[in-house]
Amino acid sequence: MVRVLIPSGALGLNYDAQALQRGIAAKPDIIAIDGGSTDSGPSYLGRGVSKYARASTKLEWAGLMAARAEAGVPLVIGTAGTCGADSAVDWMLDITREIAAEQGRPLKIAVLRSSQDPDQIAQAFEGGDITPLANAPDVTSDIIRSCSNIVALAGAEQIAAALDTGADVIIAGRTTDTAIIAALPLMRDCHAGAAWHGAKIGECGALCATNPQSGVISIEFDDAGFTVTPLADGAHASPHTVSAHMLYENSDPFILYEPGGYLDVTQAEYAAVDGTSVRVEGSKWVPSDRYTVKLEGARPVGCRTVVMALLRDPHYVANAQVWADDIVDKCGAKVRNRMDLAAEDFTLELRLIGQSASFGTLETREATPLEIGVIGIITAPTEAQASEIGKLLNPYLLHHPLTQEEEQPTFAFLFSPPEMHQGQVYEFALNHVLHLSDPMSAFELEVIDLA
Amino acid sequence: MPELRSLVSKVRSKNAGPFWLTIDIFCGSAEAYARVRDDLSTTRVAEVFATDGQAIKRFDIEQLHVVKFSLPRPAVQGSVADRDMHGASWAALLGEVEI
Repeated sequence: MVRVLIPSGALGLNYDAQALQRGIAAKPDIIAIDGGSTDSGPSYLGRGVSKYARASTKLEWAGLMAARAEAGVPLVIGTAGTCGADSAVDWMLDITREIAAEQGRPLKIAVLRSSQDPDQIAQAFEGGDITPLANAPDVTSDIIRSCSNIVALAGAEQIAAALDTGADVIIAGRTTDTAIIAALPLMRDCHAGAAWHGAKIGECGALCATNPQSGVISIEFDDAGFTVTPLADGAHASPHTVSAHMLYENSDPFILYEPGGYLDVTQAEYAAVDGTSVRVEGSKWVPSDRYTVKLEGARPVGCRTVVMALLRDPHYVANAQVWADDIVDKCGAKVRNRMDLAAEDFTLELRLIGQSASFGTLETREATPLEIGVIGIITAPTEAQASEIGKLLNPYLLHHPLTQEEEQPTFAFLFSPPEMHQGQVYEFALNHVLHLSDPMSAFELEVIDLA
Repeated sequence: MPELRSLVSKVRSKNAGPFWLTIDIFCGSAEAYARVRDDLSTTRVAEVFATDGQAIKRFDIEQLHVVKFSLPRPAVQGSVADRDMHGASWAALLGEVEI
């Protein structure tokens, strides 16, 4: 039997300290926590930075490191620093060193790095070792080379290699959400289907139970199935909450692809053990012929400036779309005439907040609100050009009339200057898998001993 | 005809990675489940999102009284054209469909 303690769906989201203590008292074999995902967008991977505040990350990680020392078991974080790029792993390592010094204990750290050299990935693409997944963007080797960061998602094999070093703390770069939980049960010959299925149920912490904000759950794996137990007061798992979690952020709720195979839960049976715990059996692991890891890449696609104005005059609110379309036409022409930019070099859009901002042309309802927020969204190759377009847009957002006949209007601005610069923006460029002859060949493992 | 959202307990949407959107309709009862399963066609969902019905994955999950749809994201997450980083608002559009 292997008991995995999961403090939270992600480091930075906080956890219930009392429930964590309850988990430590129950003598877990490992503590595993996720550090990120792609869910907050491409900027974090593009820049190689964390989404969460360093202050929160340090406080929560220090609590987990202390709990780890008390339990005398490994502590593993997957997808360190939100994106799992090497720079984010280094950030996490830096925080870990700081805490280790403050806690005054010797510490053995294993660092698993997932960053890939874009040039090597481009060569693998040219050599036919990279395969697109469903709805993958069209890529070329040039697009791959233009990525600022590419990571490969480690699976259970790479986490097992890190655990084999005997490290106290494992800081892993990009991993699948499940790998950090499934690795130890797999190493100790627990049921493979149960290892992956339990890992999927547990990867968001207590989201598979009531009181999801409490975070902390424990999962026991054995040779036939797994049992999930939320540990906070007022948190209960039921067959419904556990099985429903397979729907969450999953395009297919029955099949989950992982490095080395896939999980099939079509025959899984969920049973209540008591009012709090749920037992699951019948999940199946199907190994694949070739070992593949998924790739994530983000590339810079220009610099963004945004400008916001507010329409409150009923005449302009009622005709906002006509007004916005006219501005985009006229300002777009001015950008092409006055700046050395072709139509395809920049984007200029006015999004009407309160009218159609959520769905654009897919919107099916019409209503005239009291006021409409207008956000001008500009992207251009350089920050200076995006800023310049913002300045060309500014007079329109301040004074553009619906017709020549009407008195010059003036619209509300929130700030001076009105242009807000977002800097470099990124887009996800890869939804592909990389074929590997050896699972470790795309990853680097380093062991650091802190005396 | 009533809106879908008035018949069921919850419609939620979320990213399933940067390239896929998934929408879960929690029907809340066997009756509501049967109605949604029979009266909400995949073609209708494709119309709502202006996408190809062939690209939509549909799961009718009787055990949970859930009907789930997964489709290529209307715009790739975080791209210049994207309007909803976490894919959270799309559920509203489906919830307003009359069945």
